[in-house]
Amino acid sequence: MSSHAATVPASTSIESPLRITSGKLIMWFFLVSDAMSFAGLLAMYGVLRMGDPHWPNPQSKFDIPLTALNTFVLICSSLTMVKAFTAAKHGDGPGLQKWLLATMGGGAIFLGIQAYEWTHLITHGLSLHQPIGATFFILTGFHGFHVLSGVIYLTIIRFAARGGRYLGPDKSGPVEITGLYWHFVDLIWILVFTFVYLL
Amino acid sequence: MSDDHKEPNYMAVWWGLLVLTIAEVAVGYLHFLPKAGMVISLVSMALAKAALVAIYFMHLKFEKRTLATVVIVPLILSAILFVILVPDATSPDRIQPPAPAAEPAGGHGEGGGGEHK
Repeated sequence: MSSHAATVPASTSIESPLRITSGKLIMWFFLVSDAMSFAGLLAMYGVLRMGDPHWPNPQSKFDIPLTALNTFVLICSSLTMVKAFTAAKHGDGPGLQKWLLATMGGGAIFLGIQAYEWTHLITHGLSLHQPIGATFFILTGFHGFHVLSGVIYLTIIRFAARGGRYLGPDKSGPVEITGLYWHFVDLIWILVFTFVYLL
Repeated sequence: MSDDHKEPNYMAVWWGLLVLTIAEVAVGYLHFLPKAGMVISLVSMALAKAALVAIYFMHLKFEKRTLATVVIVPLILSAILFVILVPDATSPDRIQPPAPAAEPAGGHGEGGGGEHK
């Protein structure tokens, strides 16, 4: 269009307006779309619950102290995940391995407690036929599936990290991206815990 | 990657999350607030915790503002869509869920019991 087009320097740098690696950008896009999935499920839960005058008090169905403990476990695993990233950034290989293992352990404990909780609830008659059961199992199940995926993801990264592949400020990107996913799962649990168990 | 921001105090964020979780459980479990106060305080504490995780653990504070915008706008739109559903969900004309069926006395084992009321 412009008559000055010829003066544009040949070496125009195509820089990302966000100044992050494409890996990080794609993880963020995935997380936003995943958040929309959870928003849809939470909206379904909200509509069913607000429209149902017979909705039981969640505290009569669920074990709040046990789930609070589970929330605590997940928050701690977020802390160990940032420790893992810090270790990777500072070139601390053993530290990275140790903190990734701790994060995986946190996820595994969370899943174990959830499996125990589900077993208890199912044997006590909570089922998909009741609105409170259907929304509970769908929301916590979809979230639990994310935790399971996260533990597998962390396992893969932990094995890939042997040999110092992710050590140093310029190479720790994959650990940071794993952390983004893991913190997102923690963030979703914060909302699920509040809306499903406490409200 | 080589962002030169100084490391946030992750321990302080963890303490914040812990304290808010304890406060949430106290509010939700002990019922010392009226219903509306309970809902408002629980939702705001949950959003505060979610914001802490996103801002510090997910480093949104240290990214360009554009990324935060990209992330937040769809969530605001989701929240608006949810609010739009509220009048429908609570209106008297909504499709009523079936009332919990009263158990017929001694009626177990009778298949197709919907025929005779």
